[in-house]
Formats: sequence, C-alpha cells, structure tokens
Amino acid sequence: MRWLACYLTTGKHMAFYASFGTVLLLLAITAPVALLFGFGGAMAARSPVAPLRWFGKGYTAIVRGVPDIAFFLFFVIALDQGFEWLRHQALCPDWDQPVRQGNDFVVCDIAKLPLSSAPQWVHETYGFFLAVLTFAIVFGAFAANVLFGAMRAVPRPQLETAEAYGMSRRQTFWRILVPQMWIYALPGLSNLWMILIKATPLLFLLGVEDIVYWARELGGMKTQVYEYPHPDWRLYYFLALLVFYLGLTKVSEAVLSRLTVRLSHGQATMAGEAQRRAGA
Amino acid sequence: MSCIETIQNYALRSLGIGERLLPRSDFTLCEQFTLIGSGLIWNVYFGALALATGFFLATGVAVAKNARQAWLRKPAEWFIFLFRGSPLFIQFFLAYEAFVLLPRTGIEIFGITAQTSWLTRAWAGALIVLFLNTAAYSGEIFYGALRAVPKGDLEAADAYGLTGFARFRRVVWPTMLRLAWPAYTNEAIFLFQSTTLVFFSGFPAWQQRGDALYYASYFADKTFNPFIPYPILAGYFILLTLVIISLFGMMNRRLNRHLPQERRQPIRFRLQVIR
Repeated sequence: MRWLACYLTTGKHMAFYASFGTVLLLLAITAPVALLFGFGGAMAARSPVAPLRWFGKGYTAIVRGVPDIAFFLFFVIALDQGFEWLRHQALCPDWDQPVRQGNDFVVCDIAKLPLSSAPQWVHETYGFFLAVLTFAIVFGAFAANVLFGAMRAVPRPQLETAEAYGMSRRQTFWRILVPQMWIYALPGLSNLWMILIKATPLLFLLGVEDIVYWARELGGMKTQVYEYPHPDWRLYYFLALLVFYLGLTKVSEAVLSRLTVRLSHGQATMAGEAQRRAGA
Repeated sequence: MSCIETIQNYALRSLGIGERLLPRSDFTLCEQFTLIGSGLIWNVYFGALALATGFFLATGVAVAKNARQAWLRKPAEWFIFLFRGSPLFIQFFLAYEAFVLLPRTGIEIFGITAQTSWLTRAWAGALIVLFLNTAAYSGEIFYGALRAVPKGDLEAADAYGLTGFARFRRVVWPTMLRLAWPAYTNEAIFLFQSTTLVFFSGFPAWQQRGDALYYASYFADKTFNPFIPYPILAGYFILLTLVIISLFGMMNRRLNRHLPQERRQPIRFRLQVIR
C-alpha cells in the first residue's frame, strides 16, 4: 500500500497527471478557436462576393467524406512545411536550391521552426501549437457547417422586420441574426463538443506527450527509457483513461442541458414560449 | 517497373499476397495508388463485417433499452453510454491490452482448450471492438426511431390481431428501420472512416499488412511529402462514401416503397464525425 502511494507520486506520474491538464488545455483553446474559424467559414459561405462564398463552401465541404484522422496526420506535416517554406522565402531570398530534394525537405537554417538551437520546451510548445491549429481547422469546418445551418434556421420574418425598420445588411446580421442563431446552433455545437472530447486522444498521433502516451509509457513493463518493477499494467492505465472520458462526457451533458435552458430564454421557439408562459 | 507489374505485385499486398518488400525509394505515383488501394481492402473488410453483425446487436440493444423491465433496460443503457461516451481510440487500446493479457496457451473450458492468440490480431480483435462500437451507436439511433414509431401503426396492428413477435416483425421493426435509415446511413459512413484508426491504436500491422491510412502514412513518412499520399487516400474514401450512399439509398427506396410519392424522404447527409 505504501509502495503504491509512493509509486503513484513519482515524477513520471506527476507528468502523467499534468498531461490531463494538456488535454483540458487543448479543449479550452481549440473550442473557441474552432468556433471562430467556423463563424468565419459560415460568414464566408453566406457572402455576396462569389470567390469568398466558394471558399467558405469549399472549406465546409472539404472535411466531409474523408476520415478526420487523415486530416490530422496531413495538416501537422503540411502546416509545418508551409510555415518553414514561408519563412524560407522571407529570410533567405538568395537560396537557389529547390526546397524538395528527393525525399528531403530542405530550408535554410535560420528558417527552421523552431530553430534547432531552441530549448526543448519551445519544441514541445510548437508541437502543441500545431496540434491546436490542426484541431481548430478540422473542427472549424464542422462548426462552419453547423453555424451555416443555424443562420438559415432563424425565421425569415425576423430579418424582414429588421429590414423594415431600416437596418442595413450588416446591422441585421449582427443585431438580429447572430443573437438568435445560437439556440438553433446549440444541438449541433454540443454534438461537436462531444466529438471534440472524443478526438483528444488523437493528440498522441500528432506527437504530443498526452495521456495516451504516458499511459503506454507508465503501464508497460519495459519502455523506451525505463524499466518498471511491475507487470504489464497498461490495461489499468487505459481503464483510468476510459473513466476520465466517461466522466468528461457526463459533466458536459449536464452543462450543455443547462445551457440549452439558458439560451432558450426569450427565443421565438417552443422552449422559449414555454418559459415565457411559466414566468407569466 | 511498369505500372501493370506494380499492380500485379502490390494490389493484394495488404493480404500478404505478392511482393513481400514494400518499395523503399523512388516512389512512383502508381505504387502509391496501388498500395493505398490495396490497404482499402482492410477498411472495407472491417466496415462491412462490423456493420453487418452490429446491425443485429443494435436491434437487440434498442429493443432492450425500450423495455419496461429494469434488468433489461439498464444493461442496454450502460452499454450505449460506455461505447458512445468514450473515444474509440481508447477502446481499441483497452481491448488490445485486455486481449494481450489472456493466457497465451489458451483457456481451458470444460476440457476444451480455447485458443486466444488470434484475439490480439487486428482482423479479429479490432473487428470485435468495431462491432460493439457500431452496435452502441446504431442502437441509440434505432432506439430513437423505435420511440418515434407512429401510434396509428401500432393501433392498426392491434386491430389486425397482431401481437408479440409477429407485431414486432411485421409492423414495428420495418417502420423503425424506415425512420432510422437516414441516420443509420451516416453512421455507416463514419464507421468506415473510423476503421482507419485500427492500425494506429495498439493493434500491430503484422508483416506490414495495413489499411489504407497505414500505407498513406508510410509514404508520407518516407518521402516527407504529405501532399501526394493523403489526397490519394481522400479520393479513395470519397469513392467509398459514394458507394455506401448509393447502396443505402437503394435500401432506403425499398423501405419507403409503400409510401405515397411525396411523403418519401430522400436521405439527407449531415456532417460526418469522429468518435
């Protein structure tokens, strides 16, 4: 028992517990950024300017039909190479060799991201940043899809009334459409949140030292670096992760159902009407 | 090496037939197309079998969740919550570790030795996980549809004197399927997409016999150029999705064939999602 207490508080285990924080941090950063991307995508898809509309529609369509994990694997390398290439263009204009040489991707030294002289934590942060950006791009496309649908679900008469009052297109959008669309978007967005939670273990595939990584490392008898004095315990570590995710799902469900009640307040929907009657 | 030869050598590579060594350098487009397409066999295998077997368990789970008796309802609710509430990725890891812990020599049951080593192989172990997972997701869809079966249909069944299993088989079940079908089609699409997780989640690709994403990431790792293999993979999956949509659309027409024309609902496709 004492051995177990000691074992569960080793430095490596502290890193394991901290990695739960990594997952929550990812959720906390990705959700708003993806929502922002989604909002931008939905706005672009509604735009009267044709190229912008095509971009918006293309963005929402591109992520459907293809496994998301392929996108995750693709974007991490593609974004990394994209950034390095841009810096390469900006920082070393007189470099004359091609960037792709056979199986290698070569940029000049000062264009490397992060710089090869940078400390370890910069590398880790950069990896995490790439992961967040990838998640935000993929989930932004989903969110754009949901928000686009929600914008179209707002009853037409509401907008016509706004126009009758002489509001401009922009005013109608920000003062009438946006405040009302959230209740229509909420079922889709809460679904998306659940999916985002369940997508977080994929961080492991993107090379971030997350909970799956530590569960594998700590559970095994012999790992890359250490040898542990216990048999194969990965099963128990993964059980713990399972419980963690189930708990996260349960909590989210409770929070989202409260949010639904909150957002229904004063809306021209059945739930909003029921609240009004109950109050009156 | 011409493209025909490449196809001959690698078209069935994912099953272990043909050339043993994967190409190591100077990858041609033809090689990438062939090998990634070869890996797609596994995606179709996992998806089709899990869907076909999961369908029956899903029906059972939906009926159980709809039951009035708590001893039948509770396990179904827990089953659905367990598999829908946790990431498929973790489920794969967990199942693999559990199967590994089984004794290597087999388990003695009533004097018969049951072999267990095949469970740690992807073709069986991952299939079991996918089967349970899709059963939970489609079980929830079927449950929703079961609750939405029109009252009039049940009253009509009563009027014809149908009871018990006959009523379920001839009235409730077909209507449930009809109502659930659009959502079930979406479930089928993303089941096929989640089959790509198999070889990234503990189950080893034995002798480099992997699925489409396994080969795509192999090429991306070797060439350090993601812009060729992943679009190829994407193209294959879009084709696969179109095939699924047309097959399920045919079934949808059959399920709706008794309805007047204007009440038939074409399948509308919503966004696909990971689990």
